[in-house]
Amino acid sequence: MTPRNADILQGCIVECDQPLSIEDLSRLCATEASCIVELVEEGILANEGEAPPVWRFGADAVRRARVALRLQRDLEVNLAGVALALDLLDEIERLRRRLYLGG
Amino acid sequence: MDFKDYYKIMGVARDAKEAEIKQAYRKLARKYHPDVSKVKDAEARFKELGEAYEVLKNPEKRAAYDQLGSGHRAGEQWRPPPDWDAGFEFSGAGERTGQHADDRAYSEFFESLFGRAGRAGGRSGEPRGGEDHHAKVLLDLDATLAGGTRSIVLRVPEVDAEGRLLVKERTLNVQIPKGILPGQTIRLAGQGTRAPGGGAGDLYIEVEFQPHRLYQLDGRDLILELPLAPWEAVLGATVTTPTPGGPIELKIPPGSKAGAKLRVKGRGIPSSPPGDLYVLMQIALPPTADEKTRAAYRALAAAAPFDPRARLGV
Repeated sequence: MTPRNADILQGCIVECDQPLSIEDLSRLCATEASCIVELVEEGILANEGEAPPVWRFGADAVRRARVALRLQRDLEVNLAGVALALDLLDEIERLRRRLYLGG
Repeated sequence: MDFKDYYKIMGVARDAKEAEIKQAYRKLARKYHPDVSKVKDAEARFKELGEAYEVLKNPEKRAAYDQLGSGHRAGEQWRPPPDWDAGFEFSGAGERTGQHADDRAYSEFFESLFGRAGRAGGRSGEPRGGEDHHAKVLLDLDATLAGGTRSIVLRVPEVDAEGRLLVKERTLNVQIPKGILPGQTIRLAGQGTRAPGGGAGDLYIEVEFQPHRLYQLDGRDLILELPLAPWEAVLGATVTTPTPGGPIELKIPPGSKAGAKLRVKGRGIPSSPPGDLYVLMQIALPPTADEKTRAAYRALAAAAPFDPRARLGV
């Protein structure tokens, strides 16, 4: 059955162009701002700006923060372990790309 | 409903000690965690594992499960006997979080045994009015290549008038923005929880893609493996090649090697900026060789002295 036009929800892609504030990021990841601060302090998230109120995050921060929070919750890994896992996942991704595309 | 063998799912014996169960869980959780694992059905395995652990780590639930579990096989059609849980008392809600609308959903089997209250709790407590909802969906790649509407089924916990937690299924028809990339999020304004008499939160849908028949995904780029006949690779050719925007005539340069790639600019995911399509060349041999073909191979062997094993030094 084809849905009627009125029933179709129009969404928008978030985190596309504009840099994200710490409030945006914690809302998108359904977490507290304090958790985001911890991720930054551990070097898991790259940010610009001096202090949390003026921090700015790039588009890939959302995915990275979500994966970090899920690993922390589901596998009970501490933040240093999460940081290590994320770095290794990036490395695997880079090697996989090299395997397919030869560098 | 199907009977679930939680011991088999966790790969432990029926008399396994608590420490063994915990160890098995930790090991398998690392293996099947959807953010880490490349196993095909990692997400489903991880959920099943969480459910099995939820029961087996809790001595009361485990005892109850053991009592009805003997004599059943996994996948068997099954109904819980009436009053099966008499004499067992489950000490309150589980400790697992119900943060996401759907990623903690237990199977029908679990819910028939332990109820849905096992889902309650979590960092933000029970859903309150005006909150955002979060969900993760696995879409087909065509949704981002061509855009279009997809039906998304969410399992949303709701608290009824008597304070019980119920799980409702909610189907949304969502227009998928063309060019959305894996890991990106769609925001549906006003589709979160509605506060009594107030505004509603938003629904955030995190998007990932199922493997595609032709294309592998690499960020915003796509990779296509393109088989060539040996003579097409050697002599060069123009071959019809599928791309997300429709087939194109692709020029293969003479002397192309297996594993080399050609870049077709702007034919990846139609994001902004669009990704590219990488065509990875493979050389395929004709499957059968009749006498005429064999004669041609013999002529080739005579014409082109070639030692493919020269590097092996024998």
